[in-house]
Amino acid sequence: MRMLINVPETVVADALRGMAAAHPELTVDVDNRVVLRRDAPVAGKVGLVSGGGSGHEPLHGGFVGPGMLAAACPGEVFTSPVPDQMVRAAAAVDSGAGVLFVVKNYTGDVLNFEMAAELAEDEGIQIAKVLVDDDVAVTDSLYTAGRRGTGGTLFVEKVAGAAAEEGAPLERVEAIARRVNERSRSFGVALSACTTPAKGSPTFDLPAGELELGIGIHGEPGRERRPMMTSREIADFAVDAVLDDLRPSGPVLALVNGMGATPLLELYGFNAEVQRVLTERGVPVARTLVGNYVTSLDMAGCSVTLCEADEEILRLWDAPVQTPALRWGR
Amino acid sequence: MSEVTEFDAAFFHRWLTRAAAVVDREADRLTELDAAIGDADHGANLKRGFAAVTDVLGKEPPETPGAVLVVAGRQLISTVGGASGPLYGTLLRRTGKSLGEAPAVTLPELAAALTAGVAAVAQLGGAQVGDKTMLDALVPAAEALGESFAAARDAADRGALATVPLQARKGRASYLGERSIGHQDPGATSSALLIGALAEVADA
Repeated sequence: MRMLINVPETVVADALRGMAAAHPELTVDVDNRVVLRRDAPVAGKVGLVSGGGSGHEPLHGGFVGPGMLAAACPGEVFTSPVPDQMVRAAAAVDSGAGVLFVVKNYTGDVLNFEMAAELAEDEGIQIAKVLVDDDVAVTDSLYTAGRRGTGGTLFVEKVAGAAAEEGAPLERVEAIARRVNERSRSFGVALSACTTPAKGSPTFDLPAGELELGIGIHGEPGRERRPMMTSREIADFAVDAVLDDLRPSGPVLALVNGMGATPLLELYGFNAEVQRVLTERGVPVARTLVGNYVTSLDMAGCSVTLCEADEEILRLWDAPVQTPALRWGR
Repeated sequence: MSEVTEFDAAFFHRWLTRAAAVVDREADRLTELDAAIGDADHGANLKRGFAAVTDVLGKEPPETPGAVLVVAGRQLISTVGGASGPLYGTLLRRTGKSLGEAPAVTLPELAAALTAGVAAVAQLGGAQVGDKTMLDALVPAAEALGESFAAARDAADRGALATVPLQARKGRASYLGERSIGHQDPGATSSALLIGALAEVADA
């Protein structure tokens, strides 16, 4: 194992200290593990709070700032944060207008945010929740925990964050967050497993010359394994998997996301293939974002997320945002 | 006539101290099991949580069995994270609440309380026996505890082993579908360790 760390036990705290130094425009509470926009609570505005395991950077701390999240709660690597963090975050960002929890559909995140919502409501904070479950690699059924939340989280946080910034009331921010989630679908591919600091070796064994289709963002193996494919073949497979589930009647937002260890050279090349497939399938693309946004430590690979846009979603997507990882329009 | 054995707060304190030591020792194995079908953090997370439990219990030892378990459960919820934090936290908290404020409890009372704690876990996680979760060890253990600590330990061990051929239906392992078959569930394994620690301190 070669990692740029001291010891596995302090990786999250170390990263937060470094984040604080790099971003004086944020308040980073290293001890309590809460990242806040510096001007929180913003009078009259709904506070968007999200969080989840660390190791997915820039998600979620990198999305804190005007126009997106009011606060993020980073957990241990790939482990949900604890309710105490979320309650603290909610209390810090609540201006009386309420707080929306953006929760990725993983059992740990769901349970901890549920407990946190209860505790925060006991403190008189109005809480709404939206569950992000955009990953088509996992089909919903009576017997599963449901689809995972992955790249769609970025769309939900950006669009709902813009609505909150405009001063929309909690019910409206919650409604638009739900709408974005319902219209978003993702599919991911791994070209290598990732290595968590605690384990120190790859979380699954992926022989050279093979790839995993339908992976999530926690280094868990995917839906199936196949011999290595070209960027063109992967794009066909991934986009078709998404379009099997999402049949957009209008333009889409497209996120071509790197899992952490795939260079932009490859991601841009992959995006060219994604755009080609979408054109062939008759799906117009309104906006495209390419980069490492919802990552899985040092995993190589990528995911595609599409969101069927409407006028309001497009307007809110284009609205100004000023965070460490996403910044435009101001 | 044999005297009815009762278990006081110190006994439960010893149980959780023992559990912390066992989890510490077995953390790497739990993480390995989790790497196969989850995300390789189960051992590290439980180790951190139980270390915090011994810490808080050592500082200000609660005076009743119920209070020991409630305090320990709250501590797990505050430190573990993931699904294990709320689930194990709920297990101990609800078992503790069921024990009430009695200064000491009998084995049947503990068995009944553990059954209530396990039911709370099932409700929170929406899972049942056969889903390849911690319940596969805990449910048979709670049933057997009415008989003896050793019976509970054996039932938990058998339950954990029985998760190997199952397909996961809950939690992160469920995302693997059929590929989760053939691996022992890390949650059922840590549950068996917890019950094993209980049997160990009862024997001592």
